Amino acid sequence: MNLAIALRSPARFRWHWAWLTPLILFIAVMAGTAIGETSISMETILKVLANRLWGAGYAVDRIDAGIIWSYRLSRAILAASCGAGLALAGVVLQALLRNPLADPFLMGISAGASTGAVAVTITGIGAGAVTLSLGAFAGAGLAFGLVVLLAHAANSGTGGDRGTQAAGAIILAGIAGSQLFNALTAFIIAKSASAEQARGIMFWLLGNLSGVRWNDVILGLPAALGGLLICLWYRRALDAFTFGADSAASMGISVRKVRGILITAMALVTAVMVSMVGAIGFVGLVIPHAMRFLVGSRHTRLVPASALAGAVFLIGSDILSRILVPGQVLPIGVVTSLIGAPAFAMILVRGTRVR
Amino acid sequence: MRLAAERIDWTIHGHKLLDDVSLVVEPGETFGLIGPNGSGKTTLLRVLAGLRKPKIGRVLVDGLPMNRMRRRDIAQSISFVEQQAETLDRIEVREAVALGRTPFLSPLRSWSDQDDAIVSQALDDVGMHHLAGRLWHTLSGGERQRVHIARALAQQPRVLLLDEPTNHLDIRHQLSILQLVRQLPVTVVIALHDLNQAMDCDRIGVMDAGRLVDIGTPRQVLTAERLRRTFGVHVDILDDPIDHSRIMRFRNAV
Ligand SMILES: Nc1ncnc2c1ncn2[C@@H]1O[C@H](COP(=O)(O)OP(=O)(O)O)[C@@H](O)[C@H]1O
Ligand SMILES: [Mg+2]
Repeated sequence: MNLAIALRSPARFRWHWAWLTPLILFIAVMAGTAIGETSISMETILKVLANRLWGAGYAVDRIDAGIIWSYRLSRAILAASCGAGLALAGVVLQALLRNPLADPFLMGISAGASTGAVAVTITGIGAGAVTLSLGAFAGAGLAFGLVVLLAHAANSGTGGDRGTQAAGAIILAGIAGSQLFNALTAFIIAKSASAEQARGIMFWLLGNLSGVRWNDVILGLPAALGGLLICLWYRRALDAFTFGADSAASMGISVRKVRGILITAMALVTAVMVSMVGAIGFVGLVIPHAMRFLVGSRHTRLVPASALAGAVFLIGSDILSRILVPGQVLPIGVVTSLIGAPAFAMILVRGTRVR
Repeated sequence: MRLAAERIDWTIHGHKLLDDVSLVVEPGETFGLIGPNGSGKTTLLRVLAGLRKPKIGRVLVDGLPMNRMRRRDIAQSISFVEQQAETLDRIEVREAVALGRTPFLSPLRSWSDQDDAIVSQALDDVGMHHLAGRLWHTLSGGERQRVHIARALAQQPRVLLLDEPTNHLDIRHQLSILQLVRQLPVTVVIALHDLNQAMDCDRIGVMDAGRLVDIGTPRQVLTAERLRRTFGVHVDILDDPIDHSRIMRFRNAV
């Protein structure tokens, strides 16, 4: 646990650690591109990159080039974006709602997305003009809107001070909304899906990066970067919620405004990710906690650390999902939990032993 | 800084928690707020801190209506120590006190050496410097309370609102915090549980069932009759032979 102490100690942790971030990210993306059913040498990857980015004109195998550029690289970058986005959403929701169990899917987004996806693929809403992703995004938006309305309506029904009340209302509304949309999904599947369709939907819900192309990256990467910028911009406001919403207000935070902006932004980021790759669990819940153990809970450090860790974790999980069972790609959500749960348990146990 | 409340009503779910409360706290004054449990002290302090906006009545800060001020501007002059505020976060004492600088920082204006100095001073003022590196969840109740007070001091307020700040403190720290608060060149409104401590305020106000029933110097207000009526206790008021200050000796409940 010496690493954790070194990273958390304010005296020793300085911004000169920051240069490691692009390096680690680069290595992770390279690994994601190199490793797979056919492994490709680093040299080939760099040549293909040089060809593509600067038109360097190295001679490379056309099939290798195709795999690298059209499949693996875009997939690795999107995995990184998703991991970062989901981890940030977790950081924000846990901080604002003062609840360690908060995760990006709390607000009904994954449930709504699944309903939207199912509605498009099984009942054929949109008659082919609407893609699965678009359906999922619409469903996520609908569910989030409903949860927000419900939270507003329920705002005074729960106990505690006003900030606690609002947080309680959001959590309860999220649970109600999620249950409703999950039931809708199950209803549609039970009523009209074939076994084959149901399996496909199951697979999609657990997360699936195989269909990823550059046009997904064009959406996912800006969403993750935008989320990161917003979180960094509001890092002190996030800190100010440490002792609750009233305390934040007494330190000059416009609680309603900040909470509205941050929750909406993170819901948007989550919805973009979920509608492209499905509901990948675990990242948004556990990466923030793991990073709190390593770098502490101040958001100036927690936000970049969580984004980086989420990105690297999801690239790693994606690699494992491709190589763990030969000839078969596991749903990435299964891998994140299979790897993540024991890893987190270890951090938890060793972290408590330090004090 | 002068803080004034004008005819404030605060109602929630049909219960009137504050009923036509008016008071003026002069610059530099230490104003004690006393009253039985549930009489509305906390509610009034929240309104004075701008955390609750009354629909009837208004709060004035140096003559300026608080509801026209921005949150950040309010926080740059008024700080508030809640009766209790907890966290599950693993944060160090110093980080908790540093939160007090929030209203003076912005996304682009970062932490400076001056902020560091202010935080150190605040830790010194409440005698918590030696625990600056400790984690929050390892602190005792009284130590947590002192951290909250340091956090409020780091806000460098001109009005300090304290809600029963001495509740968890041992006697030495009760006295030192009260002494510190009285010495500060700022306006202080402090809800107090211990009536003998209220004796040291410049003026005190007595809350009873949401109304401010009496206001004046401790000697005017803390009479046997008032304590019987509002607090329901029989009291003997004694004269300290050493410095002729008043001491209350509580006999029994009415
Ligand atoms: N959110 C609320 N809803 C209903 N009643 C409340 C609420 N908050 C406080 N009260 C009631 O208001 C009264 C005054 O509370 P408070 O200001 O905390 O009193 P004090 O601080 O003097 O003990 C109490 O009777 C309390 O039960
Ligand atoms: Mg109270």
